[in-house]
Amino acid sequence: MALDEYKPQKGGEEFETGHDFKYVGTSPDRPDGFDKVTGRARFGADMSAPGMLFAAIVRSPHAHARILRIDTSRAEALKGVKAVVTRADFAGGLSGETWNVLENVMAGDTALYDGHAVAAVAATSALIARDAVKLIEVEYEVLAHVTDVDEAMKDGAPVIRGGAADGSVPEGLHPNVVRYHESGHGDVEAGFAEADLVIEDHFRTEATHQGYIEPHACLASLGSDGRGEVWCCTQGHWNVQKLCAALLGLDTSGLRVTASEIGGGFGGKTTIFIEPVALALSRKAGRPVKLVMSRSEVFRATGPTASASMDIRIGMKKDGTITAADGVFRLQGGAFPGAPMEMTAMCAFACYGLKNVRHVGYDVMTNRPKQAAYRAPGSPMAAFAVESVIDELCEQLGLDRIEVRLKNAAREGTRSSYGPRFQRIGLVETLEAARAHPHYSAPLKPGQGRGVSCGFWFNFGGETSVSLALSEDGSAQLMVGTPDIGGSRASMALMAAEVLGIPYEKVRVTIADTASLGYNEISHGSRVTYASGLATIKAAGDAVQKLCRRAAEKWGISEDAVKWQDGCAVPSGPNAGDFDPLPIAEITASMGATGGPISGHYEATPEGAGVSFATHIVDAEVDPETGKTSVVRYTVVQDAGKAIHPAYVEGQYQGGAAQGIGWALNEEYIYGPDGRLQNAGFLDYRIPVASDLPMIDTVIVEVPNPGHPFGVRGVGETSICPPLAAIANAVSAAAGVRMRHLPMSPPSILAALEKQAHA
Amino acid sequence: MSSIHVTTQVNGDAVEFLCDTRETLLDVLRDRLDLTGAKEGCGTGDCGACSVTVNGRLVCSCLMLGVEAEGKAIETVEGIAKGEDLHPLQRKFIEHAALQCGICTPGILIAARNLLERNPDPTETEVRYWLAGNLCRCTGYDKIVRAVMDAAEEMREAS
Repeated sequence: MALDEYKPQKGGEEFETGHDFKYVGTSPDRPDGFDKVTGRARFGADMSAPGMLFAAIVRSPHAHARILRIDTSRAEALKGVKAVVTRADFAGGLSGETWNVLENVMAGDTALYDGHAVAAVAATSALIARDAVKLIEVEYEVLAHVTDVDEAMKDGAPVIRGGAADGSVPEGLHPNVVRYHESGHGDVEAGFAEADLVIEDHFRTEATHQGYIEPHACLASLGSDGRGEVWCCTQGHWNVQKLCAALLGLDTSGLRVTASEIGGGFGGKTTIFIEPVALALSRKAGRPVKLVMSRSEVFRATGPTASASMDIRIGMKKDGTITAADGVFRLQGGAFPGAPMEMTAMCAFACYGLKNVRHVGYDVMTNRPKQAAYRAPGSPMAAFAVESVIDELCEQLGLDRIEVRLKNAAREGTRSSYGPRFQRIGLVETLEAARAHPHYSAPLKPGQGRGVSCGFWFNFGGETSVSLALSEDGSAQLMVGTPDIGGSRASMALMAAEVLGIPYEKVRVTIADTASLGYNEISHGSRVTYASGLATIKAAGDAVQKLCRRAAEKWGISEDAVKWQDGCAVPSGPNAGDFDPLPIAEITASMGATGGPISGHYEATPEGAGVSFATHIVDAEVDPETGKTSVVRYTVVQDAGKAIHPAYVEGQYQGGAAQGIGWALNEEYIYGPDGRLQNAGFLDYRIPVASDLPMIDTVIVEVPNPGHPFGVRGVGETSICPPLAAIANAVSAAAGVRMRHLPMSPPSILAALEKQAHA
Repeated sequence: MSSIHVTTQVNGDAVEFLCDTRETLLDVLRDRLDLTGAKEGCGTGDCGACSVTVNGRLVCSCLMLGVEAEGKAIETVEGIAKGEDLHPLQRKFIEHAALQCGICTPGILIAARNLLERNPDPTETEVRYWLAGNLCRCTGYDKIVRAVMDAAEEMREAS
């Protein structure tokens, strides 16, 4: 995704305070629940078509290699093989990010990472396709490679692609540094001079994968007439449509894309990998093609998050006032530009009101897969480094961790570290709720440590189009264009029910395909409940206005004299006339004869997504014999603005915390000296399992977002920002040694303990 | 390579199919019998999304060959509900918001039902360890564990 999409948002329209909700704020059963507990929900790999072929991809075994020759003749001769494609089967003449996407989807002259696709085959069965892959001969000239961010910046490091740097990069840096960012305000050196204590430390986080349980999967059909269809699991099918059309040289509208149920995304399904490959194979073979990734392909060739190397320096007075903050953030995002280093920089100190702040970011290329967004891309690593230093300052100055954060917390009107002044925000409220939570004052057992951290994310609006059609019986069909990753259909139905005044169950929500609505931005940036929700409220309001007009016509009074109340048109006041309330079902029953079908519509690019903050409290226990960490208690406190469906808001809080626990303690991409990924499976890339985790307590703080009619702030991403630091602070306290490199796996904790014992 | 003829039972129904000896039971269920409820999350027995029971024993169907189904009784997520009546575990998963994306749900339901058949009154720790072979990336397991405990309680009261 383009990074500028994550720019902070301007404020929107006024929020009606004191709104009494009937449906919003309740947690009814989700509309897709029945299908999902019975196995009938159709995910990416669950769709088939008559005459369908099965595809498989040939991938580079080298981290960096020139492709000298690809011989497909033996594969093509295998009985059952119907098509083979290479880069030559895709559009030429692309540039910018579209070229980057194609280069990642199918290698050109050079394989840029272990797992990079170089060819693909379609056959009459999956087994034949797999056999055919082995018959495709690729001759490589192996090149020197680099996979570490700091190594890739050093003189003499292998150059991934010369000339990839943009104009932002100062002279004298290695060609692998492709973008540079610097921002801040005040005078940091003067600020450090005012401090009673200045701490400067170096931090590292390893690359982690989003780890969605559903591998990428699609079913594609494309004719030589340029018309095609794709069924796939994606966070944004309009984006799939746009990119696939560009990569195959088609008109965008010639391609219809339907989003299947999606088995997790967390940012990793915001781009394309296999869809254009399946389309190219389908066009060549003249038959539909199904392409499903294996788990090892998901790890090797889809976007993990960036890894980071960071230097943080913070000055504090004895009373806890932060006088200055400075951060340098080096992120590698694989063999392409795009590591979210601006986000890392801009989020790093966003929780605090600072007079003097400076951040510098470097986007560095390495021989790794192209990074993709992962839940608040760039923010969690920044919080890890910054909140660790704040913890150290509190420790050395003998100050309470929450009091210090409250003292410096950003509030309404604070000039943010990244520039704009904050509107109404809820950081102080989350800190106060954390301080008041019994967890914060509960006694710890020997061997345990407690950690606290705050976290910040911008949230996002984006292009949105929604339609709502009323049926004759007064029920409603709502069409939204944002794939439902975590229960958003329930939230949309609640908001539509609230406006229409009809029961939640009377609203059916469908994720429309690309032919049925205008462009909808991807489900990312925690934007769905905010932006599709806002558009749903407006579309329902549009329908209500039309319903009122029909009532006015029936009653022979002015439209302005009718208002909508509890699902009925009613006269707006005693002067409007004396009419019985006219229920929605009575108006819709006769709509064919009173002017035609009634529907509501709304499209916009809303810009009032409110930023959001969270505070997490963690208790961890470290076994000094094995280095193993157990998370024994966890509490998430986060501002939701307004929780539309509280149970699924809690679910987002818990899920973000659990992913953060994995990132902090276990998960990492491990590359060998040969540049190959050594742990491309769930056995060796260990995400948290049920027995690793405690119950995760949640507190929903509601400080309404002025930019949404009901006050919603996105909740999906902020929940992964504090855990890395909160857990590192807890583990450091429990182990008695400061941990500055994630993940804090048992061997790394043992090594830190040993190093300290010998110090 | 010629296919092998297999006679088995799936969710109580007699079933026959032809398959290649390299096909897993999961491949057969999904691609030959159109039972797409079991999911392939990893293909290596690490994620549990393909969980089924074979003669009452919980297995990853990606780790068993289709030909090994000969003469066995297999149960999948499609067989958990009885007609229009959901199993208490299914109802409780919806009630507790114990699924977000839902891809792991079929495997977790099969595994949880298998647990409750063996142990109608599991502790939280027992639930967590029994489900440790079923990965969920969305929920953090909190609501899943609560749903299983609540369903167990309801089933104990009903029996």
